[in-house]
Amino acid sequence: MSQLRAETARLLAAFEANGAVRVEADILQPADILLDLYGEDIRARAYVTSDPLRGEQMLRPDFTVPVVQRHMAVSAEPARYTYAGPVFRYQDSSTGREAQSEQVGYEVFDRSAPEAIEAEVFRLFHQILAPLDLTASTGDVGLLRAAIDGLSTSDARKAALRRHIWRPLRFQSLLARFSQPVAPKTLGAYGQQIGLRSAQDVQERLAQLEEEATAPPIPAAEIEALTDLLAIRGKLPEALKLLQALTSRLPSIGPAVAHVAARIKALDAAGMDVAPIGFEAAYGLTAMEYYDGFVFGFYAAEPGWPAVASGGRYDALTRVLGQGCAVPAVGGIIRPEYSLRATKGGLSC
Amino acid sequence: MLKLGVPSKGRLMQETFDWFAERGVQLSKSGSDREYVGQVEGVDGVELVLLSAGEIPRELAAGRIHFGVTGTDLVHEKLVHWADVVEPVAEMGFGFADLIIAVPACWRDVTSLHDLDAVAARFRADHGFRLRIATKYHRLVRQFLTAQGVADYQLVDSQGATEGAVKNETAEAIADITSTGATIEANHLRILEDGLVLKSQATLWKSHSAGGDCGPLIRKISAQ
Repeated sequence: MSQLRAETARLLAAFEANGAVRVEADILQPADILLDLYGEDIRARAYVTSDPLRGEQMLRPDFTVPVVQRHMAVSAEPARYTYAGPVFRYQDSSTGREAQSEQVGYEVFDRSAPEAIEAEVFRLFHQILAPLDLTASTGDVGLLRAAIDGLSTSDARKAALRRHIWRPLRFQSLLARFSQPVAPKTLGAYGQQIGLRSAQDVQERLAQLEEEATAPPIPAAEIEALTDLLAIRGKLPEALKLLQALTSRLPSIGPAVAHVAARIKALDAAGMDVAPIGFEAAYGLTAMEYYDGFVFGFYAAEPGWPAVASGGRYDALTRVLGQGCAVPAVGGIIRPEYSLRATKGGLSC
Repeated sequence: MLKLGVPSKGRLMQETFDWFAERGVQLSKSGSDREYVGQVEGVDGVELVLLSAGEIPRELAAGRIHFGVTGTDLVHEKLVHWADVVEPVAEMGFGFADLIIAVPACWRDVTSLHDLDAVAARFRADHGFRLRIATKYHRLVRQFLTAQGVADYQLVDSQGATEGAVKNETAEAIADITSTGATIEANHLRILEDGLVLKSQATLWKSHSAGGDCGPLIRKISAQ
């Protein structure tokens, strides 16, 4: 326990040395905001409790939401925060992971060049974790978003694909559906009007379905290019080459690829060796978190371990929590219980 | 003494008694009809415990009863990793019920989960909250919808008369058990084509943790 406290203090000090202000967050969080943000999936992962007066409350599943809320309420950019404490998530008994675990985090709200901030956060995590034997993986959700934007298809279909970026199976099934002529649909029989969804809502969607029925399939070449994009993985320099080569087939990803290149340049300029850093275009797409751009994680070779550290960009989350007022935000967390064990090279303690 | 947990009321109890009787085991309520104490004849060392069907999974998991009769739906809903704590001994061929997802029949455009997902996105944008699905089967429904990639919904708890939730405007859709679909239809709802979450029937379960010599009862009911 005292070792864990020391490790937590060491991480906090490292973040504070980089200009972060220490902040706190309540363990008990109102459930409605988290539920609205993360959906039903959070109920399967977070401890929901209730209070006869305040209604449903959640044991903090992460710090990001309270820290963003705090920032949006009181502060101006640029701002850097650090925090430490327990988070609570259900764990399957087979994983051997504890339901209560510690996190030490660092969040940056800054409107300067995005690649510079991403490089700063990644480099700081990399520096802190350098003594450990970890593998760094990175990705960028912005690539897939840009690829979707460039598809030759309707805005409605693009929106449907964008909405399911974080659900790879559903994303693939939508892609398959949109790559074929629309199958004829038998409508339901008429029924008595009940519920909040009005007859007009139904009429509107019926009109959409009619329009959709004649929509041409997304060209096979585009589907193929998108599939190739999702398959890109390698070390940063070679992954960048693959991405650049793909822009001839997926022109819409051009700016996103240029952003990846700028980030690599910023890391390089900061004196980092980018050659051993991994990159996967599909990285971070299964996480519940709201990352919508650069994503990263640091992994130990131990089977069953979570990422020792993870983070990324989450501008969209600030837009939701700020009621339309967004702040560019990049941050991440380190799990001190695991960074501590990785230091000692095993699960023995 | 081995304990056999059986639903304490109604048709499910009577059909369970009949099922055991056909296999040479007579179960009966002793004393007055209101008393939840029972007798077992035809096999030695087994005691009858009358319980609410909804409590039988928990009692099996805790090992407080050795055998129990209850629906597949309740075991799958209430026991995490159910296969680790109980095992089915026999499907009993009654108490058939499907856990299904149903929407208002007036939603002519919604016949599949794909439609439900599309409408959920729009509903959230229009109303500022997630489309509500009323159910008491929270885990099963959530797992099912997650696996099917439906997003932007929320589950609201409904412990009874769930089919009325849409009409009462406490939910936009429901997930509930049905055997004939008659109640669904009577409440102006329609089952989605691919909205079958689970097929359930009354099943005799054996607890993994209760111990005891379960052989005699299992041999007796399998002999027929």
